[in-house]
Amino acid sequence: MAKYRGNVEAIKGLIRETEVHRDVYIDEEVFQLEMEHVFSNTWVYVGHDSQVPNPGDYFGTTIGTQPILMVRHTDNTVKVLHNRCPHKGTRITTETCGNAGKFFRCPYHAWSFRTDGSLLAIPLRKGYENTGLEQSHAARGMTPVKHVHNYRGFVFAKLNDVGPGFEEFFGESLSSFDNMVDRSPAGRLEVAGGVLRYMHNCNWKMLVENQTDTCHPMVAHESSAGTAIEVWKNAPPGSKKPMAVEIYAPFMASYEFFENMGIRVWPNGHGHTGVHHSIHSDYSAIPGYFEKMAAAYGEERAKAILNENRHNTCYFPNLMIKGPIQLIRLFKPIAANKTLVESWTFRLVDAPEMLLERTLMYNRLINAPTSVVGHDDLEMYERAQEGLHVDANQWVNVQRLYDPSETPDTTAVTNGTTEWQMRNQFRAWSKFMTMAM
Amino acid sequence: MTAPTDQQLIDFVIRETRLIDQHRFEEWLDLFADDGHYWMPLEWGQTDPRLTTSLMYEDKLLLKIRIERLKGNRTFSQKPKSRCHHVIQTPQVERRDEQANEYVTWTPMHYIETRLDQQDLYAAWATHTLAMIDGALKIKLKRVDIVNCDAAFGNIQLFM
Repeated sequence: MAKYRGNVEAIKGLIRETEVHRDVYIDEEVFQLEMEHVFSNTWVYVGHDSQVPNPGDYFGTTIGTQPILMVRHTDNTVKVLHNRCPHKGTRITTETCGNAGKFFRCPYHAWSFRTDGSLLAIPLRKGYENTGLEQSHAARGMTPVKHVHNYRGFVFAKLNDVGPGFEEFFGESLSSFDNMVDRSPAGRLEVAGGVLRYMHNCNWKMLVENQTDTCHPMVAHESSAGTAIEVWKNAPPGSKKPMAVEIYAPFMASYEFFENMGIRVWPNGHGHTGVHHSIHSDYSAIPGYFEKMAAAYGEERAKAILNENRHNTCYFPNLMIKGPIQLIRLFKPIAANKTLVESWTFRLVDAPEMLLERTLMYNRLINAPTSVVGHDDLEMYERAQEGLHVDANQWVNVQRLYDPSETPDTTAVTNGTTEWQMRNQFRAWSKFMTMAM
Repeated sequence: MTAPTDQQLIDFVIRETRLIDQHRFEEWLDLFADDGHYWMPLEWGQTDPRLTTSLMYEDKLLLKIRIERLKGNRTFSQKPKSRCHHVIQTPQVERRDEQANEYVTWTPMHYIETRLDQQDLYAAWATHTLAMIDGALKIKLKRVDIVNCDAAFGNIQLFM
């Protein structure tokens, strides 16, 4: 019998002011409802438009657990289509990305569709004469996702009509995208380097929460970042600190460092760490970069862009971006206990190549299935996924620096070790989960 | 300097995998030249380790960090420890360039990594670029191409 479907009160009861019920992480019915509500009533990241530069270029991905594709239409706009043939359901694209030419052709029965999804042709069409096909769902072609927004190259889609519009949903949080894009002297990013795909046997929200969890690095990553610091101590005196040590070492920064970095929360579950400084603040300057930025923006504006060192910005429900190093992570839900983490990297157009080199080094040291920092984190998530089966305590605690006067859907800057952003995410979860029930 | 025989190259690669399987990581690291690298590409047929992402592209310092980390008392992802096992074909000597002091071998292999109840099997090719340095063979580059290099993997914690 369904415990949560059709029971708004039961869903709302899963989120308390400072506690989250374990069913939010381990229950398959809750997971299914998340796919129908949280991932349908919100703006979910699809891809970057540099992945589809030319008409006919497509890229296949998912929203929640549903296959979709992003395609550059003949009018140069980016469309998002449900990735199934309206005939028998066959996924249309064969490769993850490619060029469809002027139309998509289903590999099963050769039904073809324009790149906006509309039906172009059916072989042996006379077999449908007088059958009323024109009234069918199939005749409408590949269903486009109605609500699509391209923000400075980042393409988002919302599957349902309910839920706020793009600007209302993201509001001021878009400033983190602005900073990432502004770091290119040309004001443009391109997906580059290749995507790291890392399978996690845990709930997707554990990863999301971890992005603003500033009390774990010096503990969970002592094994990797701490060891990096210890090994580097034995380097001959006067050796230049390598890029890799610059990347690892700040994970061992003190509690005080993280407290002072600050956390900002925004409405609808978005928020970021690193208001004042972050683990990315003290990287060595890349030769020639500032000169290019100053030429493009003027010195003052260039400094303002580069002095913003936000750490992790979380976009509800499942995206995290790192502006200062041009990296995003997408936490793709597969099941209550299974998540695919995709880590994408970007080239700053017109910036020195060494920036991309550092971005890629960061990605493989921190986000790869072969990354020691990744091993540290995944071990914790998987232990939690297991531990949550304990009946004696069925609640996860998110109480750190809680203030009873804290209101939902507000903008605030606070102590960098607060769990407010986690509470913010779960309040948004409760809202978007139930708004169309 | 005496050039290595083909058999010496083959024996070197066989011993190298054995040191990994026996967790003799310090001895294994000593097989690398000071400027040696371990490279595990992410892309099929990848040519660039710098501006294309890799699963691993590590110099001796980074490999040393990994090896020290495996021993750490607070390395929770190694409690309990992973174990591994290689099945390799006889390494094939791909190229000998005595003038340039460069010797390349190619070795198809199956690699198994286990931890707790989990056992993962990977199929891969190892390409070793070796050089004679101070009378001993050393690794300039060990490149491991996993057959499904672009698949979504869980943790890979040891060395292929």
